[in-house]
Order: sequence, then C-alpha cells, then structure tokens
Amino acid sequence: MITQLTTSLYNQLVMAAPDCLQPGQEPKTFTDIRSQSFRKFKQLGFPTMKLEDWKYINLQGLVNQSYSLEDSLPGRPVAHERAHIPGLASYHLVMVNGAFRPDLSDSIEDSGITVMPMAEALDELLFAKHFAAYADKTDNPFVALNTALFQNGLFISFDKGSVAAKAIHIIHVVAGSESLFSQTRNLIVMGPNSSADIVETFITEQGAGKSLNNLVSEVVLEESARMQHYILQTASSQSSYLTHTEIHQSKYSLYNNYNCTFPGASFVRNNINVRLAEADVEGHLYGITLTADDQLVDNHTIVDHLKPHCESYEWYKNIVQDASTAVFNGKIFVREDAQKTNAFQQNNNMLIGDKSTVYSKPQLEIFADDVKCSHGCTIGQFNEQSLFYLRARGIGEEQARILLVHAFAFDVTSRFSNEAVKNYVERLVEEGL
Amino acid sequence: MLSIRNLQASIEDKQILRGLNLEVGAGEVHAIMGPNGSGKSTLGNVLAGRESYNVTGGSVTFDGKDLLSLSPEDRAREGLFLAFQYPVEIPGVSNINFLKTAVNEIRAYKGFSPMEAKDFLNMVKEKQGLVEFDAKLANRSLNEGFSGGEKKRNEIFQLAMLQPKLSILDETDSGLDIDALRIVANGVNQLRSKENAFILITHYQRLLEYIVPDFVHVLYKGRIVRSGTKELALELEEKGYDWLKETVDAEAEKAI
Ligand SMILES: Nc1ncnc2c1ncn2[C@@H]1O[C@H](COP(=O)(O)OP(=O)(O)O)[C@@H](O)[C@H]1O
Ligand SMILES: [Mg+2]
Repeated sequence: MITQLTTSLYNQLVMAAPDCLQPGQEPKTFTDIRSQSFRKFKQLGFPTMKLEDWKYINLQGLVNQSYSLEDSLPGRPVAHERAHIPGLASYHLVMVNGAFRPDLSDSIEDSGITVMPMAEALDELLFAKHFAAYADKTDNPFVALNTALFQNGLFISFDKGSVAAKAIHIIHVVAGSESLFSQTRNLIVMGPNSSADIVETFITEQGAGKSLNNLVSEVVLEESARMQHYILQTASSQSSYLTHTEIHQSKYSLYNNYNCTFPGASFVRNNINVRLAEADVEGHLYGITLTADDQLVDNHTIVDHLKPHCESYEWYKNIVQDASTAVFNGKIFVREDAQKTNAFQQNNNMLIGDKSTVYSKPQLEIFADDVKCSHGCTIGQFNEQSLFYLRARGIGEEQARILLVHAFAFDVTSRFSNEAVKNYVERLVEEGL
Repeated sequence: MLSIRNLQASIEDKQILRGLNLEVGAGEVHAIMGPNGSGKSTLGNVLAGRESYNVTGGSVTFDGKDLLSLSPEDRAREGLFLAFQYPVEIPGVSNINFLKTAVNEIRAYKGFSPMEAKDFLNMVKEKQGLVEFDAKLANRSLNEGFSGGEKKRNEIFQLAMLQPKLSILDETDSGLDIDALRIVANGVNQLRSKENAFILITHYQRLLEYIVPDFVHVLYKGRIVRSGTKELALELEEKGYDWLKETVDAEAEKAI
C-alpha cells in the first residue's frame, strides 16, 4: 500500500534526505558534516513559538505545507534589472532560486578575486578550512538544515591585498510559478588586507509562486580585511525568507553590515551574528526596517566581543505601518577576555500603523569589567509639533511625513559609505511610505 | 487682507479666544500686546491652522478666502506665515532641503515650476545676508543645536525666503539680546512693503522701537480690549499690565 504523507515540509525533507546524504558523491568529510547536521536538524525540528528565540513568529503556516524542493527549470530566463542600483558601479552576480547563474552574471576582472558555485568549491583549501566552522556552532535549526541539504550557493574568495574595484552586487531572484523551498549556502573569505563592498538584493519575479528561502552565509575577514555589506530586502509578498549570516573577524578587520528591509516579502527572519574573534576589530551593524501590510520582519543579531580593544556600534531603526510587525532582538556579549570593549546599541521605533506592532529586546551580557557599553530603545509616532512646523511652511502633509521618516532614518543612512546605495535606500524608503 | 470676526477658540475644553475682532490691511504693521496667558500664541496658532486648537465660533477671511477651511499647508501657500514662539528642532532634516521643499511646494501651488538650483542658492545667500545668518547654519539640521537667538533668526530667514503676504511674529523678540533684536528688526523692516502686512505679537514695547507699528492692540482674556497707535504701547509700558487688568476687569464688572 502506498500512502502519500508528504503534506508538511518536514516530512518532505526527511524523505528526500537519504538521496542527498548518500556516501560517494561528495568528499567523505563533507558527507559526514552533512549527516551530522541532518541528525541535528531532526533532533531540533522546526522551531516553535515556545522557544525564546522564535517566540514572536509563528512558522507553522509556512512549514505545514508542501513545496517543490528543486527548481523544475534550472536554466530559466530571468530578468533582474529591477534590482539594479542607479549610479552604482558593480559586478552583478545573479542567483536564481538559490543557484548561481554565471550565464546571467558579470565576470570579475580584478585580480585575486575568485567566484564559483559552491558545488565546485568543495575541493578548495579555504572551503575545507572555513565551511561550517562558524554558523553551525549556533543552535539555529535552519543552519543545520541548510548544511545538511543545500545544493547551491556562492563561494567568493579574496586573495591577500585584493580590492574589488566595483561593488559586488549579488541579486537573489525567486522565479517560477511553483511553490518552492530553496536553500542557498554562501561562503565569503576576505584574505588579509583585502577590501570589498558587497551588496545583496532580494527580488521576486512577477508571477512567481509562494516560496520559502533558507539562506546561510558565512563571512570570514582575515587580518586587516575590510568589508561593507549591504542587504536590501525588496522581494514581494509571496516570498518568505530565513537568513543566517555569520561573520568571523580577525585582527584589525572592519566589517559594516547595513540590513535594509522594505515593504513586500511577507515573512523575513534575519539572524546576523558578528564574532569579534581577535583583538582590535571593528564590527558594526546598522538596520532600517520599513514594513507595511501584514508583513513580519524579525531581526535577531548577536555582537560577540571575544577579545580586547574591539569596537561595535549597532543601530536599528524600525518604521512599521499598517498591520505589520517588526522584531528587534539584539544580544551583545562581552566575554571575559574582552577588556577595553566599546559596545553601543540603539533601537528606535516609529509606529505608524494603528495595528502595527514592535517587539524590541536588547540583551547585554558582560563578563569583563573594564568596558564601555550602552544600549537604548525608543518607541514613538510622528511628532505632531514637527509635522505642524513643516506644514506651516507650505509643505504638504505627505511630503512632511516623508521628510520626518528620512530624518528618523538619518542616523543610519548617514553611515552608508556608498553614496549610490544610500541614495537608492532613501528612495526605497520614500516609495515604501 | 485679513479680517477676523468674533473669533472664539478653545483648547482641551478651555475657552481661550472669546470673540476677537481684528482687521489688517495690506502694508500695515499691527502689534498685539498683552499679559502672559491672554491668548496671543493661541491666535497665531489658530490662524496658522494648528489642529489641537478648536475654533468654536467666528470667521476669518484672508484675501477673500475662508482661512479656517484651509489646511495648514494651504494657508502657508496662500501667503500666511507664522514665526513660532518656540521653533522646533528636527534633527536629520537639513535646513536647506527643508527650505527648498517649502519654496517649491509653494511654487507648485501657484503653478510655477521648481526653482533652478542656482537661483535657489543665490536667493539663500541674499536672504541670509538680510538677517546676518551664518552660511554654516543653513547647512545644518533644522534648528538642531541652535541657540534661542539663532532659532529666531532662522524664522526670519525662512520668512524672507518664502515671501509671505501676512507674517505673524510670535514673540520673535523674546530671548534676544539687543544686537540680535536689531538684526531681526532690520530684516523685517527691509521686508516691509505696500503689498504685505505684519502682526507682531510681543510682550514688551522694546521691539516696537525698532519696528514701528501702525496700530497697537491689547489682548486680554481672549479679547482685544484696547486699540490705538504706538502711543498705546508706551502707556502700557509705563503703567504696566496690572493697571490694564484692573481697569479692564472693573469695566467688565460694571457691565454686569
Ligand atoms: N496646549 C495647551 N494645552 C492647554 N492649555 C493651553 C495650551 N496652550 C495654551 N494653553 C493655555 O491657553 C492660555 C493662553 O495661552 P497662550 O495663547 O499661549 O497665551 P500667550 O501667548 O498670550 O501667553 C493659557 O492659559 C495657557 O495656559
Ligand atoms: Mg505666547
């Protein structure tokens, strides 16, 4: 008797796993990691709201349905112009349903920079050294699932001293009418003294079906490496995202993350963890979340100070409209060794919708004694006095609101070092109101 | 130009303006004086359209239009300007960007295209000079970190940029030292013309030495209780507001 029980994603994955984890196809060490991760995922299962880290989001609707686990048309034509950023000199790297598409992408001519699909990187020394060495240390079940079963993704490495002359713009496109569960796994290794602007944009092709996208990226900055990392979530409502970005920093390195979410994708959960693993490191996290309709956007961040003389600056701004929800959960750890730490965190919220909700939870755990740490959180609405002042000068109500939202976001947008991206984000904020 | 008839207004169920009448013609400068709490700022705010004040009676026409039915922005676009007693600080909105938006929205209302960047900057330079406003201030966030005097000068700078028909200056003189007062007064005097009018709300006679008004009115308990020429301001200064309160209150009692 044949019974069809593939009604939930979990069952589907359990059934598909043995094929994926079969020995012999991939290097044994790698298959071992995958098998181990799958056991971990099975043990953890999909997170429920009973877990502290997942208490504001109900995943049941998303995971209690079945999806295609593979793109039925891997080489499909896709338009990605919508993601292009005016005035940004960039190399486009296009990912369709999780898979890197060299045929749609620019090749990078700067010396010392390597780009390849993850599947071809398994024999790289850097892969062996760094893959699953960071993100998998966390207890995020979606990382375990990703490690166990991902098939696609990007491997980018920067040799010592290499510099990307243009921004590297990774465009993640969801396309095709089927319901799709896709997984992407990226590894970016910035060698000593290398430097790059990396921009990631998420878009949905018109007419695309429902999708759930599970992305895990590990980012490694070796000594004195510098990276500006912009994340622009501009996908449409039928697309949902679980992302996990784990950053590992060595001595003297600088990492800036600018995480921007706009109206569209109905469900977005970002985990961004930056580990300041050696002394004299700077790691900064900035965020602008502008939500609308019944969107849910949940940003969970960890800033982990492990060694002395490091500095971190975190500033998240949420602007929630309509019946949408934004979550900010920011943990800062200052470990025993991390003397002379400078850690700052601020989360400001602007509640615009009558039915909108914000959950903000800053958490500081400090185990060193000679440190400077501060955090704060505010929740407000439009300031009536400011609004009247602007209107009394002839500025229409709508334009006045736009000016005030720009002003609200200014603490964050003013930190963008890339002018073209900054202008683009300001425009998206305006369009999203 | 402006005709206020029997204006009554309240805030949070508290009656503030209790039947106020005032006629302002083009080219005129009116001073409104009165003790603290008499309703001077309320008058300015009601005319500018602040929504927290309720108009409970009366009418206001501005160049033939029913002012009270217009939104605050349309009142400004029609040429009404309130220089605030307490200008707000708006960090993150640049002074220049704010002014450019305001100038162009007012132009759009009148059917003009946006100003050329070059023309706009020339105008900024010219008007800055008028109130001796530092070029650096113009590039900062709106009123952020400005001293009291700088904020007041910024109000007059905006006034000069927007070229309104009717300007209401709400205690622009309070908190200014004598130099700043002279600068502000000079600016206003240069902006005076046959076509526009000013209402100067002030607590003290001092400002009126620099900007000589055509008419002086005294506001008390939400009504204009005395009107006259600039001599009235001097009399008030000499005898004090207590004298005014006593005589007006005595008259009111007699009337009952
Ligand atoms: N926002 C407000 N809420 C409640 N009462 C107010 C408010 N603004 C003004 N008032 C009251 O209205 C009266 C008139 O105030 P105002 O117009 O500011 O007087 P003036 O400018 O002549 O000093 C005062 O009694 C004041 O306390
Ligand atoms: Mg007042």
